[in-house]
Amino acid sequence: MSKRITLKDLDAYYGSFRAVEGVTLTIEPRSVTAFIGPSGCGKSTLLRTLNRMHEVVPGARVEGEVLLDGRDLYAPGVDPVLVRRQVGMVFQRPNPFPTMTIRENVLAGVKLNNRRIAKADAEELTERSLRGANLWNEVKDRLNLPANGLSGGQQQRLCIARAIAVQPEVLLMDEPCSALDPISTLAIEDLIEELKQDYTIVIVTHNMQQASRVSDRTAFFNIAGTGTPGRLIEYDDTRVMFSRPSAQATEDYVSGRFG
Amino acid sequence: MRSPRRLGDRLFSSGALAAGLLILVVLAAVAIFLVAQSLPALTAGGTDLPAGFTSFWSYVLPLVFGTVWAAVLALVIAVPLSLGVALFLSHYAPRRTARALGAVIDLLAAVPSVVFGLWGITVLAPFVQPFYTFLSAAFGWIPLLAGPVSGTGRTILTVAVVLAVMITPIITALTREIFLQTPRLNEEAALALGATRWEMIRIAVLPFGLPGMVSAAMLGLGRALGETMAVAMVLSPSVVVSFFLLRSENPTTIAANIALNFPDSYGSGINVLIATGLALFVLTFVVNAVARAVVGRRGGGKGL
Repeated sequence: MSKRITLKDLDAYYGSFRAVEGVTLTIEPRSVTAFIGPSGCGKSTLLRTLNRMHEVVPGARVEGEVLLDGRDLYAPGVDPVLVRRQVGMVFQRPNPFPTMTIRENVLAGVKLNNRRIAKADAEELTERSLRGANLWNEVKDRLNLPANGLSGGQQQRLCIARAIAVQPEVLLMDEPCSALDPISTLAIEDLIEELKQDYTIVIVTHNMQQASRVSDRTAFFNIAGTGTPGRLIEYDDTRVMFSRPSAQATEDYVSGRFG
Repeated sequence: MRSPRRLGDRLFSSGALAAGLLILVVLAAVAIFLVAQSLPALTAGGTDLPAGFTSFWSYVLPLVFGTVWAAVLALVIAVPLSLGVALFLSHYAPRRTARALGAVIDLLAAVPSVVFGLWGITVLAPFVQPFYTFLSAAFGWIPLLAGPVSGTGRTILTVAVVLAVMITPIITALTREIFLQTPRLNEEAALALGATRWEMIRIAVLPFGLPGMVSAAMLGLGRALGETMAVAMVLSPSVVVSFFLLRSENPTTIAANIALNFPDSYGSGINVLIATGLALFVLTFVVNAVARAVVGRRGGGKGL
């Protein structure tokens, strides 16, 4: 159920400001693709164009094409709500719904759009999603307690469980570990490794060790200066990107000379 | 590491303390005045009371009922309307429209209640009277709407509509602020799951805003309970307990009753009116306490 994503000459704008310019790349199914680059280079913006969350910001818009197995997400008549059901997202900071229990959080996406789910199916889906997010053993005895009683790392895995409960084709992760301690980070990274069996995963990270640990392919973005649009500098296998990249800027960035 | 306390710090802290104490003193003074002046009325017999009442309690009970009944009716009309407008302003309207409309609503809050009263008598009551006739004819089998319908339109329902118009701006303004404070993260979490805008509001905005919505409604209720002029002007009052919305015999409220009868009162009659004021004081106090309890139990209190 994972799909290939193809970006064709994609520009992303905030009002009249062009944040990302001319990105063309292909993301393979059942793989982990990392977006790296210095702050402000547009990697999070680009990630958010993949599930049409970019346009949630007032004045934001996109030019170019994002193809999910050949279907353009920005074609006229495409409903962003349906796009987001196929392309799940995990955010920088854990954001479970604070008034809902753990179980309600997992099922939140499933119950949207007036869908009903039988009680037995809901039980099974809750367990499967939480197991999928490596959280089941920690929370199985307190599914009816509020989600904000969990630790930050557990909350983030709950958000992953919530995202995979709707069985998306693609999972986007926007710096999913940046608010977490090293142990929780490790748990999430292990989880990403397992999830790529089933999903196409795109992860934005500031942590280059993380990119080299979890990703199969890496895209490096950079900006020429403040106020200029971010561009894709180099895109290759992660091994290549971190050992012998072809662009000087990539070499400088991954070796820690700037950024 | 003790440092000498500076003069400015001392002045400010005693100033703040004095301001805080002043509130308590004023409240205590009002309470003492009310209780002291009410005591004679509580034991008053038939001669001290308006004709037809045997004890103070039989006099004040219909008034308390009328006060609560009018305010609750107003709230039933105003709350859904206010929440709708607030959500429109915070999550649906384009920013410029929202700003203009928000200013108009704030302006509505500044209209004096006498003006609303005049509007209720001269415009609203004659305007709604035919509707009342129709309502009673079509839905008269609902006890609330049973006839005979008032010929002037000056009924408790009209009062409730006027009160609703008066409290809508404050409820709208407060809830709009609360809805705007919904964490962006929660809204995006809902949208990213494939929620429509209404679903996003239902699972992210409304749960977050619930304590604030309760507080805003209670503030509106408090205002409706104490409102004097609009009620006194619109209703031709009688001291009765009556649930009928459209008849010409309507319960009146404590505040309106005091305003209408105080000029002609003397002696123990004044004590009786002050005692009804004490009842209103206690009523408002209870409403506020309940609202605080509700908000506190939700673990929030963030709203306001």
